[in-house]
Amino acid sequence: MMTMTWWQNFPPFMIVAPLMCAAVCSVLKAKAARAVMLVLSALECCCMGVLLYFTQTRNLSFTFAMGEIGAPFGNELRVGAVEALVGLLFSLVMFLSLLGGWKQLEDDIAPNRMNLYGAVFCLLTAAMTAMTFTNDLFTAYVFIEISTIAACALILSRNMGWNMLAAARYMIMNLLGSGLFLLGLSMLYCLTGHLLFPQLGAAVRALAAENRYDMPLYLSFLLMTMGVAIKSALYPFHTWLPGAYSTSTAASSAILSSVVSKMYIFLLVKVFLRAAGVDVFTRRIEDVLFLYAFVGVIMGSVHAIRQRHMMRMIAYSSVAQIGYIFLGIALGTQAGFAAAVFHILAHSSAKSMLFLAGNRLQSAADGHDTFPALQGAAKKAPLAAFAFLIGALSLVGVPLLGGFASKVYLSQAAVALGGWRMVLVLADLLISTALNVGYLLRCALRLYRPTEKEETEHNPKTKDAPFAFAMGVLIVMNLGLGVFGGPVLRWIQQGIAIFM
Amino acid sequence: MLSQVYSHLDELTAVALFGIGFTLLLLDKNLMKKIIGFSMMDSGIYLFLASYGYIESRLAPIYAEDVSESSAYVNPLPAGLVLTGIVVGVSVTAVMLGLTIRLYERYHSLDIDEIAEKIRREGK
Amino acid sequence: MNRKKRDAFAPFLNWLENGGNALDAEMQDALREHDPKEALPEKTKKAKKKAVPAQKDKAREERARKAYADSWWYRLLAVVTAVTLIWLLMEAVLQMPKFGAADTLIDSELTEFYVEHTKEETGAMNIVTGIILDYRGFDTLGESHVLFIAVCTVLLMLSIYGERDEESRLKRWEEERHYEPEHDVILQSAARLLTPLILIFGLYIIVNGHLSPGGGFSGGAVLGAGLILYQNAFGYEKIERFFTYKTFRWVSVCSLLFYSLAKGYHFFTGANHLDSHIPIGTPGNILSGGLLLPLNFVVGCVVACTMYALFTMFRKGEF
Repeated sequence: MMTMTWWQNFPPFMIVAPLMCAAVCSVLKAKAARAVMLVLSALECCCMGVLLYFTQTRNLSFTFAMGEIGAPFGNELRVGAVEALVGLLFSLVMFLSLLGGWKQLEDDIAPNRMNLYGAVFCLLTAAMTAMTFTNDLFTAYVFIEISTIAACALILSRNMGWNMLAAARYMIMNLLGSGLFLLGLSMLYCLTGHLLFPQLGAAVRALAAENRYDMPLYLSFLLMTMGVAIKSALYPFHTWLPGAYSTSTAASSAILSSVVSKMYIFLLVKVFLRAAGVDVFTRRIEDVLFLYAFVGVIMGSVHAIRQRHMMRMIAYSSVAQIGYIFLGIALGTQAGFAAAVFHILAHSSAKSMLFLAGNRLQSAADGHDTFPALQGAAKKAPLAAFAFLIGALSLVGVPLLGGFASKVYLSQAAVALGGWRMVLVLADLLISTALNVGYLLRCALRLYRPTEKEETEHNPKTKDAPFAFAMGVLIVMNLGLGVFGGPVLRWIQQGIAIFM
Repeated sequence: MLSQVYSHLDELTAVALFGIGFTLLLLDKNLMKKIIGFSMMDSGIYLFLASYGYIESRLAPIYAEDVSESSAYVNPLPAGLVLTGIVVGVSVTAVMLGLTIRLYERYHSLDIDEIAEKIRREGK
Repeated sequence: MNRKKRDAFAPFLNWLENGGNALDAEMQDALREHDPKEALPEKTKKAKKKAVPAQKDKAREERARKAYADSWWYRLLAVVTAVTLIWLLMEAVLQMPKFGAADTLIDSELTEFYVEHTKEETGAMNIVTGIILDYRGFDTLGESHVLFIAVCTVLLMLSIYGERDEESRLKRWEEERHYEPEHDVILQSAARLLTPLILIFGLYIIVNGHLSPGGGFSGGAVLGAGLILYQNAFGYEKIERFFTYKTFRWVSVCSLLFYSLAKGYHFFTGANHLDSHIPIGTPGNILSGGLLLPLNFVVGCVVACTMYALFTMFRKGEF
């Protein structure tokens, strides 16, 4: 065995450093705690960038043994281009959400609680990194629980009745999800005797070839899939989502919607590709998933149309978008998985922008987020309205934006597969695009429609450089994903090809 | 059939516990009972793991003085996993209890629907 | 409802009739009647006067009827869910390896490896400790931080410094005083006798973690229980002589920092195959096992602090 090169030593420190920052944060003063949060997430982005650069240019993946003994006896991390890319996006979104919600953070969180908020944020960063990199199912479970509790704390950041109720509902549904996941992984471990993905995959394939333990293996994968589906709010399990996303502070809801739920899905992608093998057990599960995702895409949009509050509408549109991601996974081909990962990227960058901009528009409209109150809000907060428009266009699927590219790749994957799935996916895309136009553009246009009564007193325009910076970078990210969609997709495909 | 049930008794108990706990957590309206359900569900999983870690007529995984062959001890890994799981379960229970205390303090109810109703009346 | 008919069986009968929530509704009604805070803001005094007992009963009946209508459907759903889930799982479990059977896949090369190597490589006599603190130390690092984040979240939720003013804080404190033990001779003498023993036993479990059953988590829980017993017997004033919020913060933060640093060092040297310069010692001695003993100790500190913190946060909402 050879020693690691310098950049290969990054991954464990990208997990241990946030853990240490969390401990330090909890005893700091408010200002220092916020500085720690910001510096930590910026550093995390840089490290992810370095990892992506090296893994991508050399087209390799490496494992990092957490201790002297690696697989199959000890914990391991694995980093490849896909992990680094997804991790980079997540950490970038966390950084930008923090910046974009900087002002609201000051208003919403009492100074004597900021240190705890900072600790929770750091722990969430650690959990995100660990879940993206881990090569071990049980480690994934431990960090799933950290992120569940962290998300609960993020929801509670504003101290109102709604938040508490939303947090309670969130916890209940997520505990069900992690319970199912834990039972599934225990069953899998009891059948195969392994917890690390490569060994697990080999053992599962061997068992499947002999046709032993057919039903228990199938059930264990089904349990894990259902657990992740509940935790990431696939359609019939979405009940916790709107309250949780729409009531908390801007940074929290952006992080919750675009990082927390997506990292579970990325974990599921890893389980499917690395532990199950594409064809062995996932076929039958994919039929179930396909059905849920198909219904979810439409029902999420239908729910979104019926909302009268903007934040709830954005939250419900997440249900539809998560349906897209699961649709890609449920196709069960490599192209489908690549499209799903691409949609994770596109949706994260668009949705965090929508939440940040929406929150800003809401405060421009004196804290109301009903559509009549928002009319003409573009005048008071032009940048936020513009960002909202870009995000909405991206989700609708206008060319040159991330959402369009991901819809194209999804339909390409479906066409390549053919059969009834192709027809259903294409129909689903058409219907939901029409519905998206209905609710997102209606809202965006409303922002730009001038109010009837001329308002004489303008709100004193506050300059908010961090917000402007965050919006700028997010807009560039959306454009970048749209214009350079091809190369990014090729990276993902390459990464997925060396996944197994 | 009966002998098969008998030889899987521990695991069957474990999954029954899991199912009951799951249903309680999902469908009961009372927050305290939900937490009880969660504990039952988790205990079911620990029992499940621990019972698969057991192998008849073998020693616990602590080195005894004169026994050194590896086939004399049971697999130590499930015990470690259960330990980790228990700690995680305790933390989550604590968070849920804190939330429940907070909601009860404010709305004097443990029924989640009633709490929602009260919050709705209170206005946003 | 006829109040006279209520006897000892009434709650039970009510439960049978109205489902699981009826008892809670009763309790809530009782609470509502006694709680002055309960008067909802939109209820004016006039409306309150109007609410004669008859109307209250009516409202209660209405609620009971609604609960009944809800509950049969809910109960059916619950039974169906539970039965389906359990049936599915049982079906799967019956096809899995038998209880206590040897040579299944779970009893594979891994067991062999752990039993053969743990003693030399980690210096632990208790193989489970060797696994959770060394081979799978990353899991355990995450696990201790789960405890930490739980405490942070509970502090965030319950800490009464946050939004309540000084007056209500003092009031709450006064209420809490009511429960402080004053001259409870039995409890205090028992606690005087037991607390040192419990604390010493907790320390014993922690320190022997790598030699015998136990370790940081179980020992820490025992230590925490000792602290809680002491607090319950002698009150906050006594325990605050040596254990305050400050102690809690610094002990847990320093422990976690040491833990993360030690593990980070271990990961780095391990993966790069460097010499870690930490002597393992003779397996079986107290001072052996390299990092295991200090790690067990810091884990014990974190767990003890966490347990006590959770207890006191639940009880009075501050340290």
